[in-house]
Amino acid sequence: MAILKTPTGFNMDDSGQRVVVDPVTRIEGHMRCEVNIDDDNYIRNAVSTGTMWRGLEVILKGRDPRDAWAFTQRICGVCTGTHAMCSVRAVEDALSISIPENANSIRNIMQLALQVHDHLVHFYHLHALDWVNPVNALKADPKATSELQQAVSPQHPKSSPGYFRDIQNRLKKFVSSGQLGPFKNGYWTNPAYKLPPEADLMATTHYLEALDFQKEIMKVRTIFGGKDPHPNWMVGGVPCAINMDQTGSAGAPLNMVTLNLISSVIDQTQTFVRDVYVPDILAIGKFYKDWLYGGGLSGLNVLAYGDIPDRANDYSAGNLMMPHGAIINGNLQEVHPVDLRDPNEIQEFVPHSWYKYEDDAVGLHPWDGVTDPHYELGPKSKGTRTNIEQLDESAKYSWIKAPRWKGHAMEVGPLARYVIGYAQGHEAITEQVDFTLRELDLPFEALFSTLGRTAARGLESQWAADHMRYFMDKLMNNIRNGDSSTANVDNWDPKTWPSEVKGVGFAEAPRGALGHWCRIKDAKIENFQCVVPTTWNGSPRDLQGNIGAFEASLMNTRWSARKSRWKSCVPFIVSTLAWPVPLM
Amino acid sequence: MVETFYDVMRRQGITRRSFLKFCSLTASALGLGPAMVPRIAEAMETQPRIPVLWLHGLECTCCSESFIRSAHPLAKDVILSMISLDYDDTIMAAAGHQAEAIIDETIEKYDGNYILAVEGNPPLNEDGMFCIIGGKPFTEQLKHAAEHCKAIISWGSCASWGCVQAARPNPTQATPIHKVPGIAQKPIIKVPGCPPIAEVMTAVITYMVTFGQIPELDRQGRPKMFYSQRIHDKCYRRPHFDAGQYVESWDDEGARRGYCLYKMGCKGPTSYNACSTIRWNGGLSFPIQAGHPCIGCSEDGFWDKGSFYDHVTGLSHFPIESNADKLGLTVAGTVGAAVAVHAAASALKNAQKKSGDK
Repeated sequence: MAILKTPTGFNMDDSGQRVVVDPVTRIEGHMRCEVNIDDDNYIRNAVSTGTMWRGLEVILKGRDPRDAWAFTQRICGVCTGTHAMCSVRAVEDALSISIPENANSIRNIMQLALQVHDHLVHFYHLHALDWVNPVNALKADPKATSELQQAVSPQHPKSSPGYFRDIQNRLKKFVSSGQLGPFKNGYWTNPAYKLPPEADLMATTHYLEALDFQKEIMKVRTIFGGKDPHPNWMVGGVPCAINMDQTGSAGAPLNMVTLNLISSVIDQTQTFVRDVYVPDILAIGKFYKDWLYGGGLSGLNVLAYGDIPDRANDYSAGNLMMPHGAIINGNLQEVHPVDLRDPNEIQEFVPHSWYKYEDDAVGLHPWDGVTDPHYELGPKSKGTRTNIEQLDESAKYSWIKAPRWKGHAMEVGPLARYVIGYAQGHEAITEQVDFTLRELDLPFEALFSTLGRTAARGLESQWAADHMRYFMDKLMNNIRNGDSSTANVDNWDPKTWPSEVKGVGFAEAPRGALGHWCRIKDAKIENFQCVVPTTWNGSPRDLQGNIGAFEASLMNTRWSARKSRWKSCVPFIVSTLAWPVPLM
Repeated sequence: MVETFYDVMRRQGITRRSFLKFCSLTASALGLGPAMVPRIAEAMETQPRIPVLWLHGLECTCCSESFIRSAHPLAKDVILSMISLDYDDTIMAAAGHQAEAIIDETIEKYDGNYILAVEGNPPLNEDGMFCIIGGKPFTEQLKHAAEHCKAIISWGSCASWGCVQAARPNPTQATPIHKVPGIAQKPIIKVPGCPPIAEVMTAVITYMVTFGQIPELDRQGRPKMFYSQRIHDKCYRRPHFDAGQYVESWDDEGARRGYCLYKMGCKGPTSYNACSTIRWNGGLSFPIQAGHPCIGCSEDGFWDKGSFYDHVTGLSHFPIESNADKLGLTVAGTVGAAVAVHAAASALKNAQKKSGDK
């Protein structure tokens, strides 16, 4: 068929061989990818499909708005908590509820802990198997691995030859059992794996170290929220009362003992990110410097709402410690402000999504959003309704809606935040980015790639860990100054509420800009709409033909092996996307 | 080089002597003579790690996330040494056809001898296409894998009861595993909770690997060892309930003293789970300890029992020895018919005690 040119300059050509990957693994949720490849092994058409819908927006109708956080928290158990916080912010906005400073510090520490945890787990446990080959690690010399470790990160204490030999022996035993578990049917002979055996052994060791360590980070949230995943939140503050020295403090949620534990975990988190995660990115990045594909929309359109308010209750850009704004067509000279309340800025479209509006041609601002499922396959699809062989992307093809900012498809996430922060001259971000590019000896444009996105996650983790310390100090100072307040209950009782209000809450989830819009009528939820990071990045097309960031990241990238061995495409696709996919 | 049940038990610190004792106990439990003991021991020493297929339906992956938070055993030890986690789309290296092929390979090689772990549940509306795997409804993958498995673990409240996507009006008709039409009749171990406690998840697995049998279940299919008592029964704030000392409002004096959260809507009195005993994230805390009422996330239909902040009313002052089987059916219908009476009685007792003190 003809080549379709998108408004942002992608030429979508579906004439080549079609390859389907379903399920895409090592993501949260369910996803399918279809691509067409030309004779020179370049991807010339990409179709990404969200393959599940649960209907949380429908289920929320008629509920008590104070309960919404628990429902939305279940949108994603990997970035657990971020939806909950976003929901309480939306309800607080609607009901004009302010929260105490301590509650703001505690929410920020919880959110920052999630940033570190999520990036760490993504890097080591979801993404790593695309570039680390645990089978190749068996060939490593433990002594040389030890030397490599000491060169890469001299501060990290786990670096002796014996340590690496023990890990290697355990791996040998595991592999020789013939039961490869999660490594079964991997692509271990693919030449796309470039690490020498010693780097593979070091990275596999860190896969295991990080698996042990990630659970420590979340202890912070277990103290504040009672459990993790899915800690508890509340409208008006945080549920964990503070009692430092009065009667009953041993049984109170926050006392000297529990706060000491949090402080200790923050120290360990800063250390792990500094001594293991960031050095690994730099070390491994040097072997994958050609990962300059997969930039998605990062060099064109990026969006961030901002997050981590320094002072409580001020959500203006100047008070948010994470970047806010939008960049269009790669013009880094101009960062546009974003207004989540403006009906003409953020809108969701459904002409290619399995939903229906009264008029599919118009976009709806989330306050007026509609979620009405409508599953149908286009006339050019192959297979049947319940056995899809090939989708027809000219029709509806995904359970994800297509959000647009002023009509533009946008990339959100750590790389988007870092591009915006860099463009704004955000001090910490600029310093981190310049340092990384210098270390890897890469130009600024290299940022707009899979490598850049992977690096942004690690750098952001470092920033987040450091700011956990900042807010912990702030919390302790505030308590020292005599303020132990954690909740504002003035408007807790629904009898105090106006009969009809609306509100919006936003956050920067690890995966990107997150917004919840709610309408409350007679103390019940009338409408609740969530535009989540994967709604942006995993977006299908719109009427103008704009493609989302997932599809863009696959376009025009080269496939590493001969077409007949299309197997090899799989890790390639996964690593190029490198984004988990939480869906509603 | 194959790591066997025996290796695993040794790794857990079990001596050879204890291992042989375990084998003889197993033999007698199965009604086999002493002559069978060496054969059982031999089987345990040479059998491969038990294969597990971990499927994901409509879910949020919180069960997997909880699983990797396990402090003892560590998730890596479970994966490397206890089971063979051959399929789990959240962490497996393979994707697409290579991933799907693993299910058939496992069925072929271990027919009737692998564990099927299910996180999430299938939707029945729209011919199942609200959850698509490999272009087909998840229901098909689920039923296919269930047909040939040894037993099913229903991880979390989704697989056990339906959970959030099955909350009213359940637009996708999300259905818990045991109610999926046409699913093979296999033993199902329900491990509810949103998510379940990490150490409970790994304990269920290690129990099965160590003892070669499924744990004793209550009438609803939950392991008795973790789900036979209410959170209220073992809550560290229970003395405040009995004393009539309640948190009346967020961050009030009672909240700062760790009083009972019953009036804030706590579902501890009607929720069967091990939060107040095993606790979370390595025994660190649990929701009530962090100041929020229990929302009852391990209970069937907990999303549809009114606001989380409506306090439970009505329930008799049932004795602590009661368990889910004795109470379950009567309690379920009325959401704790007499917690209020129970609370009033405690308050009254407290008042009497106070007046007696004077």
